[in-house]
Amino acid sequence: MTAFGKVVRTTAFKLSAVYFVVFTVFAVVFVGWITRETDRFLTQQVRDTIDAEIGVLADEGLRGGLTGIVAAIEQRSRIPGASLFVVTDSQGRVVAGNVTEVPPALLKLSGLDPVTVPYKRLEGESGHHVAMVQVLPLPNNFRMLVGRDISEVERIRDVIGKATIGALGLLILLALLSWFFVSRRVLKRIDSVTATSRRIMAGDLSGRLEVTPAGDEFDRLAENLNTMLDRIEHLMHGLKDVSDNIAHDLKTPLTRLRTRVEATLAGPEETPAYRAALEATIDEADQLIRTFNALLMIARVEAGSPDGAIGPIDIATIAADVVEFYEPVAEEAGVALTLKHDETLPMEGSRELISQALANLLDNAIKYVKSGEGGPEAPAVAVEARRVGDDVVVSVSDNGPGIPPEERMHVLQRFVRLEKSRSQPGSGLGLSLVDAVARLHHGVVAMSDAGPGLVVTLRFPVQT
Amino acid sequence: MRILLVEDDRETASYLLKALRETGHVPDHAADGEEGAFLLDSNKYDVIVVDRMLPKKDGLTLVEETRRKGNDTPVLILSALGQVDDRVTGLRAGGDDYLAKPYAFSELLARIEVLARRRKPGEAETLLKVGDLELDRLSHLVRRGDINIPLQPREFRLLEYLMKHAGQVVTRTMLLENVWDYHFDPQTNVIDVHISRLRSKIDKGFAEPLLHTVRGAGYMVRDSVR
Repeated sequence: MTAFGKVVRTTAFKLSAVYFVVFTVFAVVFVGWITRETDRFLTQQVRDTIDAEIGVLADEGLRGGLTGIVAAIEQRSRIPGASLFVVTDSQGRVVAGNVTEVPPALLKLSGLDPVTVPYKRLEGESGHHVAMVQVLPLPNNFRMLVGRDISEVERIRDVIGKATIGALGLLILLALLSWFFVSRRVLKRIDSVTATSRRIMAGDLSGRLEVTPAGDEFDRLAENLNTMLDRIEHLMHGLKDVSDNIAHDLKTPLTRLRTRVEATLAGPEETPAYRAALEATIDEADQLIRTFNALLMIARVEAGSPDGAIGPIDIATIAADVVEFYEPVAEEAGVALTLKHDETLPMEGSRELISQALANLLDNAIKYVKSGEGGPEAPAVAVEARRVGDDVVVSVSDNGPGIPPEERMHVLQRFVRLEKSRSQPGSGLGLSLVDAVARLHHGVVAMSDAGPGLVVTLRFPVQT
Repeated sequence: MRILLVEDDRETASYLLKALRETGHVPDHAADGEEGAFLLDSNKYDVIVVDRMLPKKDGLTLVEETRRKGNDTPVLILSALGQVDDRVTGLRAGGDDYLAKPYAFSELLARIEVLARRRKPGEAETLLKVGDLELDRLSHLVRRGDINIPLQPREFRLLEYLMKHAGQVVTRTMLLENVWDYHFDPQTNVIDVHISRLRSKIDKGFAEPLLHTVRGAGYMVRDSVR
């Protein structure tokens, strides 16, 4: 593309062109209207003057006849800035008047509306002037011309014409200036956005758009784009973590599975041994599928595609159902499971996902309350669902060993299981899903000390 | 039972066909949606098992067309997509049950049998009986012989589901979906704990156990005398 083509395609150029055309048309119409109105007014004035002169001369004619008219003309011609007068006899000779040189043909006509003609005065300044004249027939084939100089009108017309050209010039200048301003200020910023996004597209996800202190639309746009980039960066890091963890946490059991089958095949051909190996293989495969499903689920929830219908739900009912679901498990484990909740806790959300998140929290609490050395004498897990201000808050607390503060945020990440709990079964994905579910509902997960033990709190804003 | 299996993966299909024959069924196989539609037009089946993604005609379209023709044979949809919204679209298309891949054959078989049996009348039965165990769906009373057995509401629903499908294998996932309406996989085997609690209420102290564990598959309520 040529440099000119490039300029023509810019938004600033298009805007300036539109601005220029619109204002020029407006100005031309406006100036044209003024010119026409002024012209009409001035012409009317000249006509009125001519009519008045004719009226005066007609009076003189009535009183003193032709002689009276000629006398009056002689007298009026001498007044400075006088109108133009000519009287001719039947042969066309000038009898009286203050004008030389008018088109001779003109005097042959009569009774016409005023016409505009060039003329020359008898005395005074030389050169041709333009006048509006009217020719009238007098008795005995005499004719009279009465006129008025209109160079004044012409001068005004001239001034308006110059003003129009000046205004147009000014408009062009303004259009050019605005173009310059728009391209300098606005285009520069758009170009910087383009450049930054190009850099980000090339792989540098840490790049951010510049936000000026001006706080204008561009800054708001840049802020929004930056928020979007934060989210993308977070998701990309998540993806990277997933691939790293898949490499580790899925490859390890796969290797174990493969080794077991290989070892069995290398061993003696015995049905019981084969059977045992196959059963262990199925268990291992099931665990792999479980991990895989959990990963897919988290990815889907985190991507924001709501799994199942988001609709009106009651957290109190959901919590009661999940607690009821886990109650036999807790009892079997010798853990006292209690529930306290408000009557109803309505909000918008996914029953399935929140149920699953709560199930994961309960599962963890029941599993870990007795872990570590010197567990509590009376292990207990308490679930509470309450309305706090504008939020629905669900907490699951236990009186077990808890999690050290520095490790709390860490455990929300995928696959993270604290070293000492590596021996416990589980995919390590439970809390990641809780975190993802909370974020899907615009909520947060927090962990704190139950002194002793751990409290995991889910806080959902009711107005989403 | 005559079963139509519409599955494009040859290896899965041949394995499933063999396993279905071994469990006493008569399966037909279609390798794509069009062949499936053709077989459905010319034969009558007890259950149709359809893979969701098929060449030539996609599984959901096949199910929709079958339903439009007025064929109400129970349909089980198999799919690699296992999230709740996938399940909802599958059921909306006219499927009766939805099973996500990879699945255990025992799970597939249990669901096929439940679907096939569902067609028989008796859905509206108010009194379910297995051996000397009785469950009254109206009064919510359960008794075994002369003894009243008090059950929690959820235990009642669990027993009701098991008794409705008496003589059939009911898997843990089926119980999770139908009794609790949960479609996720709890990390701990919660269902087993619920079952053992129920078992202690209905079988403890009686000579004949009615609630049986089917190894590697699930549970079954059955009158062992019969």
